[in-house]
Amino acid sequence: MRDINVSKVTETVKEMCIEINHVLSPDMAAALDKAATNEKSELGKQVLGQLEENIKIAKADMIPICQDTGMAVIFVEVGQDVHFNCDGAASLEDAINEGVRQGYVEGYLRKSVVDDPIIRNNTKDNTPAVIHYSIVPGDKVKLTLAPKGFGSENMSRVFMLKPADGIEGVKNAILTAVKDAGPNACPPMVVGVGIGGTFEKCALMAKHALTREVGKHSDIPYVKELEEEMLDKINALGIGPAGLGGSTTALAVNVETYPTHIAGLPVGINICCHVNRHISREL
Amino acid sequence: MTKSLNVPLTQQEKEELKNGDFVYLTGTIYTARDAAHKRMFECIERGEELPIDIKGQFIYYMGPSPAREGRPIGSAGPTTSGRMDKYTPKLLELGLGGMIGKGKRTPEVLNAIKENKSIYFAAIGGAGALLSKAIIKSEVVAYDDLGTEAIRKLEVKDFPVIVVADSTGTMLYK
Repeated sequence: MRDINVSKVTETVKEMCIEINHVLSPDMAAALDKAATNEKSELGKQVLGQLEENIKIAKADMIPICQDTGMAVIFVEVGQDVHFNCDGAASLEDAINEGVRQGYVEGYLRKSVVDDPIIRNNTKDNTPAVIHYSIVPGDKVKLTLAPKGFGSENMSRVFMLKPADGIEGVKNAILTAVKDAGPNACPPMVVGVGIGGTFEKCALMAKHALTREVGKHSDIPYVKELEEEMLDKINALGIGPAGLGGSTTALAVNVETYPTHIAGLPVGINICCHVNRHISREL
Repeated sequence: MTKSLNVPLTQQEKEELKNGDFVYLTGTIYTARDAAHKRMFECIERGEELPIDIKGQFIYYMGPSPAREGRPIGSAGPTTSGRMDKYTPKLLELGLGGMIGKGKRTPEVLNAIKENKSIYFAAIGGAGALLSKAIIKSEVVAYDDLGTEAIRKLEVKDFPVIVVADSTGTMLYK
């Protein structure tokens, strides 16, 4: 059994919140760079050039890449041989939310969370986070933070397809979601897809797929093919950077799969804008 | 075509601009997004006066991140305009000059743009750090309690936008 003090979790979450809202991860920056070189439309090239300039300014002047610094989504993989030492004060969950609070308040990040979906009072510190826990072998803790902006979140979908719809049904669902998202989702997008499981499992896989490094593919041969084919098909739609037309509509399509029920084919599609923020740390 | 114009634009300037034109705006604009629109709409329904005179003015759909010391504003890119569609035709009818945001509008909004000979610009979504450099002054003028969603009066210099729905009410987005 390894003891981890939750104050370490708080500190790490705080640092990640500030870093990832100002410095885009190298995989995303490289993908944007490649897109700017390959884009066919002049207007599209111009937009991609502005996005690259934006990333430089954000890092140099510590201005968030996007004003929508997101709702903090955190995946917590806890080794089963870990014990959290809370000093009799905060729970692990409180420690995570404290990290978000400190990161968003001290890091000049936007507070975009309301306390109730209908009453809608701003919590003024961007808490609470949306936290997904999993228990894994070992004595480490892996924290992955993905602050999610809602321009693209609002364009995400779940389709409960029939088994008879098969892979063609999945492809249509992805194209439908991307077409509907259009300019609203701040393209070029990253498209996270979850196929299988249950209603909530496919959505969660779609979210998790967004945290995968852009440019890395699934280990499953047909899934890798699907990712490549859908990226080509999406880019052939012509939506383009900022939705103003062009050959770069998506930077990546990341797909995760899970066993499902004999009667179902759930498909979750989580769309992310070009500011696809993801960062991991291990404790 | 690329143009530099003072904002608010004159009626003639608005009608001369066409979809796809690049414009650098210099002057005064106001921010308002979801919560501020809801409040303004409730104000109108109650027959009360709006907290700002919107006649001829431009609204930028934006909620900034907080400003660091010595800066007028934090990151300041556009939010999705479609969420304001429910309120926009009424505001245009009351004389709102034009809008800056991102994304598609409903046929009702496009029709109101045509009838009022208004204009809708897009700023580049997700370029909040870059766009903040074109804002030289920011001041909360209403609904301070809404935090990032308060109405702000902004002074902009060469703020880059693209015409995405011109005064004929047609949209550039496919």
